[in-house]
Amino acid sequence: MEMPIHRTLGLTDSELEMITEVLGRSPNHLELAMYSVMWSEHCSYKSSRIHLGRLPSKGENVLVGPGENAGVIDIGDGIAVAIRMESHNHPSAIEPYQGAATGVGGILRDIFTMGARPIALLDSLRMGPIDDAKNRWIFTGVVSGISGYGNAVGVPTVGGETVFDKTFNSNPLVNVAAIGILPRDRLVLAKASGASNLAVLLGASTGRDGIGGVSVLASAGFDENSSTKRPSVQVGDPYEEKRLIEACLELLDLKLVVGIQDLGGAGITCATSETAANAGMGMDVFISEIPVREQNMEPFEVMTSESQERMLAIVTPDSLDQVLKVAKKWEVSASVIGKVTEPVKTDSGISVGMLCVFDRQGGRLLAEVPAGSLADEAPKYDRKREAPADLESRKSRVAGAGCDGSDLENDLMQMLFDPAWVYTQYDHQLFLNTVVKPGMDATLLRAAGPGVEFSGKAIAVSADGNSRWCAVNPRAGAAMVVAESALNVAMTGAKPACLVDCLNFGNPEHPEVMWQLSEAIDGIAEACLQLEIPVVGGNVSLYNEVNGVDIDPTPVVTTLGVIDQLRQQPRSIGFSENADLVLVGKTERNLAGSRWAYQLKGDIDGELPQLDLKLHMELVNLIIELSQRADEFAISAMHDVSDGGLGLALSEMALAGTLGADIDAGAIVDHFELFSESGSRVLVATNSAEEVVEYISCRGLPAAKIGRVTGTKICVPGLIEVEVEKLRAAYRPSFLK
Amino acid sequence: MKSVGIVVFPGSNCEFDVAAVLESNGVKTSFLWHGQSSLDDVSGVVLPGGFAHGDYLRPGAIARFSPVMAAVGEFAKRGGPILGICNGFQVLTEAGLLPGALQKNSGLRFLCKEVEVEVETSDSVATSTSNAGEILRLPINHFEGNYTCDIRTLADIEDNDQIVLRYLDNPNGSMNSIAGVCSEKRNVVGMMPHPERACDSLTGLTDGLKIIQSFIANI
Repeated sequence: MEMPIHRTLGLTDSELEMITEVLGRSPNHLELAMYSVMWSEHCSYKSSRIHLGRLPSKGENVLVGPGENAGVIDIGDGIAVAIRMESHNHPSAIEPYQGAATGVGGILRDIFTMGARPIALLDSLRMGPIDDAKNRWIFTGVVSGISGYGNAVGVPTVGGETVFDKTFNSNPLVNVAAIGILPRDRLVLAKASGASNLAVLLGASTGRDGIGGVSVLASAGFDENSSTKRPSVQVGDPYEEKRLIEACLELLDLKLVVGIQDLGGAGITCATSETAANAGMGMDVFISEIPVREQNMEPFEVMTSESQERMLAIVTPDSLDQVLKVAKKWEVSASVIGKVTEPVKTDSGISVGMLCVFDRQGGRLLAEVPAGSLADEAPKYDRKREAPADLESRKSRVAGAGCDGSDLENDLMQMLFDPAWVYTQYDHQLFLNTVVKPGMDATLLRAAGPGVEFSGKAIAVSADGNSRWCAVNPRAGAAMVVAESALNVAMTGAKPACLVDCLNFGNPEHPEVMWQLSEAIDGIAEACLQLEIPVVGGNVSLYNEVNGVDIDPTPVVTTLGVIDQLRQQPRSIGFSENADLVLVGKTERNLAGSRWAYQLKGDIDGELPQLDLKLHMELVNLIIELSQRADEFAISAMHDVSDGGLGLALSEMALAGTLGADIDAGAIVDHFELFSESGSRVLVATNSAEEVVEYISCRGLPAAKIGRVTGTKICVPGLIEVEVEKLRAAYRPSFLK
Repeated sequence: MKSVGIVVFPGSNCEFDVAAVLESNGVKTSFLWHGQSSLDDVSGVVLPGGFAHGDYLRPGAIARFSPVMAAVGEFAKRGGPILGICNGFQVLTEAGLLPGALQKNSGLRFLCKEVEVEVETSDSVATSTSNAGEILRLPINHFEGNYTCDIRTLADIEDNDQIVLRYLDNPNGSMNSIAGVCSEKRNVVGMMPHPERACDSLTGLTDGLKIIQSFIANI
C-alpha cells in the first residue's frame, strides 16, 4: 500500500488534522509541503519547546534573547555583541564537507541578519574514534569543510572543541557558534512591516538542493540507507556568502531596509512566514519572480528548497532602486518576489496575516495559509519521559572500582590529542582581534571589527560539552558543563556575560531521551541562575540515533565573557618558568563519568562528583581577579582542571610550555585522584605560593601547594613518571599527517 | 599627505586589517574597487589577502582581468611601490608583475600558523629598512603558498637578488624556501606571510611593523 503523502513529508495523521482545522479545508500539496517543513522538529522545536521556557534568559545587558535569529548583549561603550549556536549534525554525517560548510554559512547569515558583522566562529566537533576509517572520513571532511568555507568567507574560526567518543560513531556532532559585533544602534529585527513594502530576495538562485533538509534529514535518525538522503544536503558557496555579507551590511548601514531575514531551514517558506508573522502582516509571494537554477521546478520545490546564500529584505518601494544598486555593486542578484499585505479580518473579528503564494503577479493562487500558523503555531508535544531502568543500580556502584590501574602512563597517553591539527587549518587571526588563540581554556578577542573601533573591551569565548557526565547524570552533568565553561572564560580574566546552547540528543520518541533532555535543561537552568549567566539563544538537535541507538545526551554551551579594559595578554596555560604549583579547589575521589573510567575502561557506573554552585561562583570571581592581577601574584601559568583530571591538566600545561612538573609525595595518592573530574579546580603556577594560598583561603576557598614546575618530566610519585617529549609524540596523531 | 590605495576585489578580506595598520602608522588609506580603472593618485598600492573572486579557477586567475589591474600594471611600470600580501602575491604573479606561481601546499592542507623568515635582501620596497639576515616572526594563512617557477627563472631571481624573504623551516614546499620575491626594479614585492597580523603586542607578534614601515618609507 502506498504511504499517504503527508506521512512521506514527515507529518503525522494528527498534524494533518490540525492543519485541516486551521485552514477549514484540506490542504493542497504545496500547503502540505510548507507545513511539513515549518512544523518539522528542526524548525518548530515541537518536542522541546515546553521545556525550553525553563532556561533563564533575562539579564540587564540582554538586548535580544532567545527566539530571534541571534541573541544580542550590550557590552558597553556603545558596542553590542550577537551570538548564536547551531548544529549541523545530520548533514555532516551524510556529506561531511558540505554538511559542515553549510553549517558555517547558515549561522553567519543569522548573525548579519541582526545587523552585526560576523567576527568569529567556534566549532565544537564530536566524532567517533578516528582509528575507524569512516569516522576518519567524517572528521577530516568536516574540518576541511569548515576550513574551506570559513576561511574563504572571511570570518576567522577562533576556537572550539575536538572530542572522540564511540557514542558518536556514524553520528557526529558538528556544533557551530558565531559571534558578531555591531554598534548598539544598528540592531535590526526580522520584521515585514508596512503594507505594500516589497520582499526582495538577495543572493543565490534557488535550486533543488536541500529540499526537505529540515524534515526528512534533520528530524529522523540514521540507518543503513541513510546515504540516499544525500540530495537533502545543501551545497555551499562561500564567495556568494561573502558578497552577500558585504551587500547586506551596506544596506543596513545606509538604512535601506525595514527588516531582513536569512533563508535557512525551510527556505522561502520560513523567511516569508516568519517576517510576516513577526509584524502581524500578510505577504504575497510570486513564484515566477524567484530566480531558479533548474528548469521545471515545482512550486513546492521552490518554496521549500534550502539553497544556500540567500536573504530576504523588506524594503519600501521608494528605496528599491538604491537597494538594487548596492546589490549590483556586490554582484549579488536581487529580485522583488513579493509584497507585504494587510492582515485580513476573520469572521470572529481577529486580524490574520495571510501568506499567499501565486504562480505569478495577478496569477493563480497556489497556497493560502495564515503566516502565524506556519511560524508560531506548530504543535507542542509533552512527550513521555522516563528515567532509564538501570539508573539506580548504576548510581549505587562505585566508578572505577574494578578497573585496571596498572599502566597509568599508557592511559594518559591515550587521552592526548593536539587540537593544533584542527585549528591550524582555520584562519584564526583575521580582523586582528585574536589575543589568546585557540587551544587554550578560552579564546580571547578584542571586541572590534570593521566599523567598530577597539575601545579596550574584549570578549572571551569557550565552547564546552561533556557527553559522559551527562550520560551518568544529565542534570548534574549539564550543570557541570556550564560551570566549566564559565570557569574557562574566567581564566582569561573575563566575566561570564551570557551563553548559548546546542542540545544534542537522541530520538525524542524514546522516553529515556526526553527524560535526559528535560533533566539537562534543568541542570543548565540551575547553573545559569546561580552563576548569573542568561541563556540568550540555542538550538535543539534531536534524532541523533543510528539504527535505533541514541547518542549519549550532549548539551554543548558556548559562554561569552567580557573584559572591560584589556591591557595585556593573560597568562598562558604553558609551564614556562620554574615555580610552585598550587591547586585551587578540592579533588573529590570519584571517577564517575571520567575520561579514564567511562571512556578508557568502559565503566559507566557511579554518581558524579558534587558541584557546589555557590562556591563555584566564588571561584569564578577569584580566578578573574587572579588572572587580571597575575603580575602581582607572580603567576606564570594557569589552567582549569576538567576532562582527564589532574593527569591531563598537568600534561597539557607541560605540552603548551617548556617545562614539566614534580608533584609532592602524598599530594595525588592514586589514580582516583589523578583522573577524577570533580569540578571547580584550577592549577596555578606561581612564585608567591604562600601569598596566593593565603589570599585564596581568606576568600573561603580551598588551596594548597602540590608541587613544582620544573624539569623535563611529569612526575607523580608512585603513579607516573614520563618525559614530556614522550607525551608530545603521542600528542600529534600520526594518522593525521 | 601621501596615501596608500588598497585594492579590493569581491572576496578580498584583509583590506580592513591592512588599512587599520597603515592608518595607525600615520598613512592615509583608501579602498580601490576592482572595477575602477584609475588609482586615484595614490602613492603606494597594497593588494591584501583574501579570496579575490572566490579563488575560482585558481587564486588570482580571474582577478588579473579586473579593470583595476591594468592601472596597477601601469603604476608598476612607473616604479610605484606595490606590496602584495598572500592572495595579493598570488594576483601579482598571475598578472605577470612578479615571477613564478603559487601552488597548493605540499601537505595539501590550509595552514594558519606562525613561521620564521629571513630577510634575504634589504633592496626592496618592503625590506629597505631591515638588514639582510634579520629573522622575522610572522603568521602565514594560506592553502596555495607553495612557490614555484621554472629552473631558469629560479636561477635568475636568485642571481638578481630578487628573493625578499625565505622560510627557515619550509612549511609549504616552496622552491628554495621562498616566502617572498620582488620585481627586477624592486618596487613590486609579493609575500605569503601577513605582516599586518604582526603589528601589535596585544595580539602577539610585532615583526610585521618592519615590513609595513619599510613600505611606508618608500611611498
